[in-house]
Amino acid sequence: MQTVKMVVTGPFSAGKTEFIQSVSEIDVVSTERKISSSGERTVKESTTVAMDFGRITVDDDLVLYLFGTPGQKRFDFMWEILSEGMLGFIVMVDSTRPETYREARSILETFRAYAPTPYVVAANKQDKEDAWEIEDMRHALRLDPKVKLLPCIATDRDSVKKVLLELLYSILTEMENGKR
Amino acid sequence: MALRGNLRDITFTQILNLINLAKKTGTLVVEGPGETAQVSFREGKLAYAQVEKEESRLAVILNKNKKLSANQYRAIVQHGSNISDKELGLMLINAGYISKDDILLSLQQHCMDIAHRMFTWVEGFFRFENDMLPPDNRINVRLDLENLIIEGSRQLREWEHLQDEIPSLDMSLKFADRPGANLKNINLSVEEWRVVSYINIKNTMHQIAHTTKMNDLEIRRIIFGLLQAGLVEIVRPAGQPVTGSMRSFPTENKEEQKSLVNRLIDRIRSL
Ligand SMILES: Nc1nc2c(ncn2[C@@H]2O[C@H](COP(=O)(O)OP(=O)(O)OP(=O)(O)O)[C@@H](O)[C@H]2O)c(=O)[nH]1
Ligand SMILES: [Mg+2]
Repeated sequence: MQTVKMVVTGPFSAGKTEFIQSVSEIDVVSTERKISSSGERTVKESTTVAMDFGRITVDDDLVLYLFGTPGQKRFDFMWEILSEGMLGFIVMVDSTRPETYREARSILETFRAYAPTPYVVAANKQDKEDAWEIEDMRHALRLDPKVKLLPCIATDRDSVKKVLLELLYSILTEMENGKR
Repeated sequence: MALRGNLRDITFTQILNLINLAKKTGTLVVEGPGETAQVSFREGKLAYAQVEKEESRLAVILNKNKKLSANQYRAIVQHGSNISDKELGLMLINAGYISKDDILLSLQQHCMDIAHRMFTWVEGFFRFENDMLPPDNRINVRLDLENLIIEGSRQLREWEHLQDEIPSLDMSLKFADRPGANLKNINLSVEEWRVVSYINIKNTMHQIAHTTKMNDLEIRRIIFGLLQAGLVEIVRPAGQPVTGSMRSFPTENKEEQKSLVNRLIDRIRSL
């Protein structure tokens, strides 16, 4: 049995767990915990503390694992471990919370330094009324035009599939360009 | 409890705050990057600062602040090398060369320069020696710490911001290939030019910092400016081998890898 993995990362409450949950064939093995800090609890009730873990069986011989990183900064020691051997990574950003864009950018840079793998950025929660427009987000996140920034609704399986496929296309393109 | 530790865990600004609040008397010894500084306090006020191996005699400081003419300085160095700073200060005042204020302001400036330098130290062992006072042949100042603390906090915020922007110095830089970015028409400072001259996909930012003798804060500050101006991009260093444990694919064969990615694509499409 061969296994490959992808990492889903991003700031606190960006929708990483939701994203993995939407496509995983197993219930996401998540290490959620009720939030103790009152500031963060106003955002949501529970948070991922070690990692999320989802699975997609491809065929008899191949399994794809999806790892979600914990969003709170104090768990960032996990990041490097989780990033080891990844095919690529997805940076989730909550489109409705511009105050998290800078951190998203910083997480992106950190992961980029770990490994030379392709990545895409998912502008999540695009179903919400106060979600920023993609092109505005590109400016705010200071993303190069070459970087894929994709609209996403993590609760919607088709939307998640699209993001995963775009990442896989990038991986394929990079292989064909002979970079890896 | 002994006040000792590493600047990684407690910043210089936090230490100053503590000394200020507790009105401490003694000397803080900090082993910074490549140099050791000693900063003395009396009842929570800065009294004296010196960096080991750096000349901190009054004559040198006054000369640096252009309070002495070249001739006066030479005369003092040649003939007055064994008189104390206090004696020298009195002589200069009595001879009408300079005022008491000139001396104190120059010394204050000297101490603040050292403190400013220490704000950029993000790592290094420190200890506070309760009973250690500055050498008594030196003239002390009385500098309130509040302003320094405010400046230090400002720098700390800048540092945190820069770390967010440039989390890893293990990456390299390359010139942005966007049209219109032309170095010839841009006014760069000497420091910026030094960094720019080492920009090469083979050099990590760490290596550039090392070569240009800049610390982590200084190099990040300059690179951030260059990034903001759209002159450079952060890229992975060239020629860095992907280590065995970092292998992403279960197979080395390129065709098998492609087939694997295609299988993944088919499977996800079918979900
Ligand atoms: N409307 C909407 N809500 C979403 C979407 N994605 C996630 N959410 C909600 O946003 C909240 C945060 O989502 P999570 O998946 O827990 O976020 P996370 O990134 O795993 O958070 P941490 O693990 O705490 O960092 C949850 O209440 C989700 O149901 C989306 O696309 N649209
Ligand atoms: Mg989560």
